[in-house]
Amino acid sequence: MWSRQRGRLKPLCCGVEELRCRRREREAALRKARREQQLVSKRLLRDEALEEAEEGCVAMIFGEAEIQQFLRLAQRGTEEKEREGALVSLRRGLQRPETQQTFIRLEGSIRTLVGLLTSNQALLQLEAARCLHELSHSEQSAVVEACLPATSYLLTYLSGHSSDFIELCLYTLGNLIVESEAVRRQLLPQGIVPALAACIQSPHLTVLEALGYALSQLLQAKEAPEKIIPSASTDSSVLGSTLPQHMLQLLQPGPKLNLGVAVEFAWCLHYIICSQVNNALLITQGALSTLGLLLLDLAGAVQRTEDAGLELFLLQKQPSLLPEGLWLLNNLTANSPSFCTSLLSLDLIEPLLHLLSVSNVVSVLVLTVLCNVAEKGPAYCQRLWPGPLLSSLLDTLAFSDTEVVGQSLELLQLLFLYQPGAAQAFLQQSGLQALQRHEEVAQLQDRVHALQQTALHG
Amino acid sequence: MQLPPALHARLAGAPGSAEPLPVERDPAARTAPFRFAPRPVRFPREHDFFEEGDVQRHLYLQDVLTQVGGAPERPRVPEFTCQVAGCCQVFDALEDYEHHYHTLHRNVCSFCKRAFPSGHLLDTHILEWHDSLFQILAERQDMYQCLVEGCTEKFRTSRDRKEHLVMRHLYPVDFRFDKPRKSRGPVMPGAAEQVLAEAPGDDGVPSEVDAMEVCSEHVEPPPAPAGERRAYSHRIPSTICFGQGASRGFKRAKKRNKHQ
Repeated sequence: MWSRQRGRLKPLCCGVEELRCRRREREAALRKARREQQLVSKRLLRDEALEEAEEGCVAMIFGEAEIQQFLRLAQRGTEEKEREGALVSLRRGLQRPETQQTFIRLEGSIRTLVGLLTSNQALLQLEAARCLHELSHSEQSAVVEACLPATSYLLTYLSGHSSDFIELCLYTLGNLIVESEAVRRQLLPQGIVPALAACIQSPHLTVLEALGYALSQLLQAKEAPEKIIPSASTDSSVLGSTLPQHMLQLLQPGPKLNLGVAVEFAWCLHYIICSQVNNALLITQGALSTLGLLLLDLAGAVQRTEDAGLELFLLQKQPSLLPEGLWLLNNLTANSPSFCTSLLSLDLIEPLLHLLSVSNVVSVLVLTVLCNVAEKGPAYCQRLWPGPLLSSLLDTLAFSDTEVVGQSLELLQLLFLYQPGAAQAFLQQSGLQALQRHEEVAQLQDRVHALQQTALHG
Repeated sequence: MQLPPALHARLAGAPGSAEPLPVERDPAARTAPFRFAPRPVRFPREHDFFEEGDVQRHLYLQDVLTQVGGAPERPRVPEFTCQVAGCCQVFDALEDYEHHYHTLHRNVCSFCKRAFPSGHLLDTHILEWHDSLFQILAERQDMYQCLVEGCTEKFRTSRDRKEHLVMRHLYPVDFRFDKPRKSRGPVMPGAAEQVLAEAPGDDGVPSEVDAMEVCSEHVEPPPAPAGERRAYSHRIPSTICFGQGASRGFKRAKKRNKHQ
């Protein structure tokens, strides 16, 4: 049956360098697409075992006559194997965009396919669904939108019990969803959200992952913050359904956590939360504690030392997470004396300082977090002192990035203000020279001079 | 978990579990030229901050990254036959059998042997086709429930419900899982409407016991351009049936009372 194409490197067909190159190209294309707000990616499900068996048979381009013949055979053939075989051939042909185009332009073709999708023959149903899936993956809008007559059935089948079939329907729906707002304008009144909410209770992991994918596509839509997420929506709304609770349940850390499933629902939550529709509701449903515990669990899986650490160690191992992690720390510490106190008492300052050399963006975030702590007054600055903080600051003053230096100056001012002896120590460690290089920089000079004055004259 | 338990407990518990240090601000702190003020930051969806993450996400979807889940092995097995009485379908893969079973034998009506894609549709069918109490109640109140999950609308007749499905839920005019009942027993008030609704030539009796859809063999449905929707009520195509099912009898009032 269906398994997923796992990004397996097909042996010997291309070298490592070519793969890297391809990946860089893909990344660049994605960045460009995102900037143009055209970020669309679809998932294609193909049976690896079937592919191997069919190896050597390159997908052909079929013309009208051939397609018609396949359809006729599938619909009215006498032998079951014959009917299935016809659909299999059609499905393989539909891997080619040319065949797809011909297919959708053929009168009655979709109608026949939908008829087979809803027929009494289970295997014909499956093959018909696979054909639709190929169409749903197309980059041509016309091909994808040709699948619209099938959607009410795809949704109906979500309440069924055949996990492979449901998985296929879900991936097809996910591909359709992401195609255009026109498609979503049909799917929403047809009840896609309640259908997904019913389906999320399935015990099958493959179904759940597919569901997460489909839902993430729905939530990523441009109109999602107004039309799909809020509970006030008339048709169906995600926040008004039981979906958030189930999602959070599937993100609980522990032995039952499945990463493939968790990844999908984590993205779903991200889209909901950054739409900022009703995050308070999610918090009442336990989002913060679930996500916090999950993060801890993942951090625990990564770090192996006994030293104090939390996501900071995770951050050190996973540098791509640094901005997000530090952003989180900023929001936690900004207005919370408790969190700032925790940061200090758990000896997390030093690990933070280690991150200062990673990049400018990260450095600014680290310095901001430190400022959040320092601005709370003498009791806090006392705990920041003495220690490696001063020498770290002198290092950052050597940076050329204005934002990094600016944030360092802010922190210095707070230290001078709240911590007796800080200014002295600064002078002794050639702080003035460090400041000098920025005396002429427009955004910095006022603060530089102010600090020079404070250091010299108290 | 590798973190020391005390640390874990502390982090997992309320942030205020230790006494916070006293806050004491000097007004000189925020005077010009210094301007730092702590504040939580929010990024809107489209912000560049999320670009890196979004790119990783889409690489993942496109299968360029190594995926986290594993694909289970799907082996072929020696041929075997479906064990349900009267069914002689043969299989060589368990998953094929699973789908066959669920499609044809799982949600089957014990009265008329029609199969349905879901328990929900089966329950609705039993109620509307085989429950005489339903017929009686239907004379006085709206009993035909909308088929879309989550929609609590009810209608006086099956035809009204169909209109609702088409107009409100954008369902196809010839949706295969919503067929008005062909009355075979004593004529009941209201049934006349339904009989009229069906095109001649459709005998309503399944030709094969297993067939889910009587008319699948000769589907020549009318074209349905958008403009036809308005005229729909006068012309319900004949190619609609409820399908056939496996043994399940009544599931009483419980489901009826379940409202979203």
